[in-house]
Amino acid sequence: MTATTHKPQSADFAGGGVTLAGLAPWLIAVAFLLVMPFIFTSNSAITIMNQMAITIIFALSYNMLLGQGGMLSFGHAVYMGVGGFVCVHVMNWDGFFSGLPLPVLPIFGGLFGMGLALIVGSFSTRRAGTVFAMISLGVGELIAACSVIIVVFFGGEEGVSGDRTYGLPVFGIEFLQQIEVYYLIVFWLVLSALGMFLFSRTPVGRMANAVRDNPERAEFLGYSARWVRFYSFVAAGFFAGSAGGLFAINYEILTEENLNLATSGTILLVTFLGGVGFFFGPIIGAIVFTLLQTVLSLQTELWALYVGALFVATVMFFPGGLAGVIMMHVPPLVLGKLHLLVKPYIKVLVPGLVCILATAGFIEILFHARHAALGDDEMTLYWVTFSHLNPLPWIVTGGLAVGGFWLARRHAPELAEAWHEANTDRRASA
Amino acid sequence: MDLVLVNLIDGLVTGLLLFMLSAGLTLIFSMMGVLNFAHASFYMLGAYFAYQISVYLGFWMGLLVAPLIVGALGAGVERYGLRRVHQYGHVPELIFTFGLALLIEEVVQFIWGKDQIPYEIPGILEGAAFAIAGNTIPLYKVFMIFLSLAIFGGLLFVLTKTRVGMIIQAALSYPRTVEALGHNVPLVFMGVFGVGTALAGVAGVIAGPVLSTFPGMAVVLGSIVFVTIVIGGLGSLGGALVASLIIGWMTTFAKAYDMRMEDLLTWMGLTKPEPIWDSAWQDLWTLTSPQVADILPYLLMVLILIFRPYGLFGKRDV
Amino acid sequence: MSAALEITNLRKSFGQAEIIRGVDLQIMPGERHAVIGPNGAGKSTLFNLITGRFPQTAGVIALHGHDLKGKAPFEINRMGLSRSFQITNIFPRMTVFENVRCSLLWSMGYRYSFWNMVARSQALTEGAEAVLEQINLQTRRDIPAGMLSYAEQRALEIGITIAGGADVIMLDEPTAGMSHSETDYIVELIREVTVGKTLVMVEHDMGVVFGLADRISVLVYGEIIASGTPEEVRGNPRVQEAYLGAALEADH
Repeated sequence: MTATTHKPQSADFAGGGVTLAGLAPWLIAVAFLLVMPFIFTSNSAITIMNQMAITIIFALSYNMLLGQGGMLSFGHAVYMGVGGFVCVHVMNWDGFFSGLPLPVLPIFGGLFGMGLALIVGSFSTRRAGTVFAMISLGVGELIAACSVIIVVFFGGEEGVSGDRTYGLPVFGIEFLQQIEVYYLIVFWLVLSALGMFLFSRTPVGRMANAVRDNPERAEFLGYSARWVRFYSFVAAGFFAGSAGGLFAINYEILTEENLNLATSGTILLVTFLGGVGFFFGPIIGAIVFTLLQTVLSLQTELWALYVGALFVATVMFFPGGLAGVIMMHVPPLVLGKLHLLVKPYIKVLVPGLVCILATAGFIEILFHARHAALGDDEMTLYWVTFSHLNPLPWIVTGGLAVGGFWLARRHAPELAEAWHEANTDRRASA
Repeated sequence: MDLVLVNLIDGLVTGLLLFMLSAGLTLIFSMMGVLNFAHASFYMLGAYFAYQISVYLGFWMGLLVAPLIVGALGAGVERYGLRRVHQYGHVPELIFTFGLALLIEEVVQFIWGKDQIPYEIPGILEGAAFAIAGNTIPLYKVFMIFLSLAIFGGLLFVLTKTRVGMIIQAALSYPRTVEALGHNVPLVFMGVFGVGTALAGVAGVIAGPVLSTFPGMAVVLGSIVFVTIVIGGLGSLGGALVASLIIGWMTTFAKAYDMRMEDLLTWMGLTKPEPIWDSAWQDLWTLTSPQVADILPYLLMVLILIFRPYGLFGKRDV
Repeated sequence: MSAALEITNLRKSFGQAEIIRGVDLQIMPGERHAVIGPNGAGKSTLFNLITGRFPQTAGVIALHGHDLKGKAPFEINRMGLSRSFQITNIFPRMTVFENVRCSLLWSMGYRYSFWNMVARSQALTEGAEAVLEQINLQTRRDIPAGMLSYAEQRALEIGITIAGGADVIMLDEPTAGMSHSETDYIVELIREVTVGKTLVMVEHDMGVVFGLADRISVLVYGEIIASGTPEEVRGNPRVQEAYLGAALEADH
């Protein structure tokens, strides 16, 4: 038995009340959010940041289920979507909306998202795991399908749209500008993230973890696993609904797309990519995914293929997601051995990256060769223009892919060894 | 009355098709505890492979070979993918198969493009088999029914009369005991996964020409298949059969008979608000049964879950 | 004085097979009672019936005079009965401290609260620290419970079981799979933490049983064939026969 153990990551969450160390990440994040628009001033950048912030709230809400409560949902988009639809209807309710300050609007989304979660949760949280997943899928599909039937509420195929500027001006701000909307969203982002974080520190939030780990044992501690799940589910419904409200404010339109399986699946992907094991995982996931989506989709038609491959690789090799990978480096950091990893990392990651880029290049050429219009054999890849009839690009990308893979593989044992070394505490263990 | 018969046949075709998918899904689930979210993707792959083969070798070679390729692919996924994820638990396994479904759809689009492909019924099976009171029953439907029944017969034989079948059956009721069988279990898992996905492949091969072959076909059918096995009770083959047939007939009849909510509401003594397009209840009044046919399975699922949480025939804890 | 736990004519069948065949048992408050018996006698089933994991086929189980029929495990727990498991059953991904703190939540009246911060409650933190001290795991406070050694996990399991302040504690083979020194340690621990409480345990290790229990019941093929002080049970010819018979059968 080793007597000394380093303090794990969760230690400052578990102990004490409000401390400076606990507050610091929040203050830094807020400062960061406030400064961002001064660094990236273009309208398109602000659009991306708005989307990112909404996705963060949605992903955090999703992780209340998956990460904190062990409930895998394939229908979480429904709660965000319904919240959003309600908010658009409020926007269109002339007499009422003109007396309502816009920043309050997401509350309506939240309440209706919560209301729907109350109804669905009453029967879906009886069980976790596979059964819960299937019920969430079925209910999600049911409501998405209803969108073409209940036209009054969902607006059929065109969806419903509104105008956020009809609301009561706040300090003279009418929210005509994207930047004004940005600060509104950031306000809600901080509020919701704090709310969800604090929820996880409450008795029911703690028991959600316990029920996730071992529902049966939790029952023998006096808690009904079902009701613990139910409370998490309802809370997640509220935050998803308020994210929907922000979506309504930002885009001023909601359609069937906001409810369907594709959207629900995307949020699972975002959350898992970021990492379900840590509170900040979904935040990273939302940022990375939004960037990938906007940057990659400009570059290539095949971006969804790459994201899909990345997702499957994450599930198979890094089930902790990006947050898990980051937190893996805390023990070596604490031991002061992080520098041992630098050289092996370069030796593996550089050829690995070359391999991935070259493989993508090869796939792009193949795609072009297969699907381009007849006679259109010119293509541009990595700033080089060539014809796909020329065998050279095929050979170069193929060769680099194989070579990079081979080199990365060759150095992998070295990295594994360095990793082991960096995690061994020579002072404590014999 | 004759129309009823025609619809019974149509619903049977849909039901058997659903069962071909849900049977494989149930087998895999009962054995390994994994719900294969990518199951419908293998069904799609079956259709695409069969199309590609039929271009060169004709429909019948496609029917024969495509399911084998799909099954081999499925076995490979189990061996090199799922088995790796298994250590993390069932939920990550489900997430893995979900990711796989996304990936397969993208790969299919990559290879065959986003549009529907011209995968068609072979010439010999075109035309009508017989007619009932002026409604012709296409020969291809009869072929689908007999092929499905033949496959189920074969499956039943394997399950009840062979040694491998005994092991699988034992695993259905006593998964723990089969775990204790030792070294051959991973192989049985791989085999069951392969056979299950191959069944989905067969369904794809025969459904592709009638339900059209396009990259979204997996999503269209996928959710319904999952709903089917939830209604039937997770892990129950009999339940899957009953639920498949119920859903097949329910949707067919809802589509065939144009029942209107208006009639029902009037019969209940309500008066239709005029003008209807101004009323908040317009969607309720103008509702027709073909409109709701596709959501009936989901409604049924919600009702079943409220009144029978384990499904129609389910008993085992998941 | 009324019994802490009273079982009357309890029966349980799985399909055709009757596993518990009319058990009567009375356990007084403050008593340390052990249930022993050969393998397959139905000891674990008896435990699972009492704690609401399975429904009984017939008979009455009463805790402090209240019938437990149809009650879910969490309801039984709230009535003051807590149990441990034969297979270690903790929350592996949570820290040792969190494991204990979670087991205190209900008894401290937090219920499903989402308006209290657990970290701000002095009582919770101190209560959890006190339990950690009792089970000697203070130094392991902040590591995930899944990383503890086997004996430590068993100790934690007992800690979780007693933390909620239940007055009837049921332990299912607390020393299963332990070495000699570990067993001694756990026995001492059980003795300390159950002072003033009613203890019901299933145990294979006869040394543990005769060292710890005030009264012993012998369960064979779903029936209690003897019940009494360790001396009475030791001298009972039917018990000797049952154990000898089982030993002979095992030789085949």
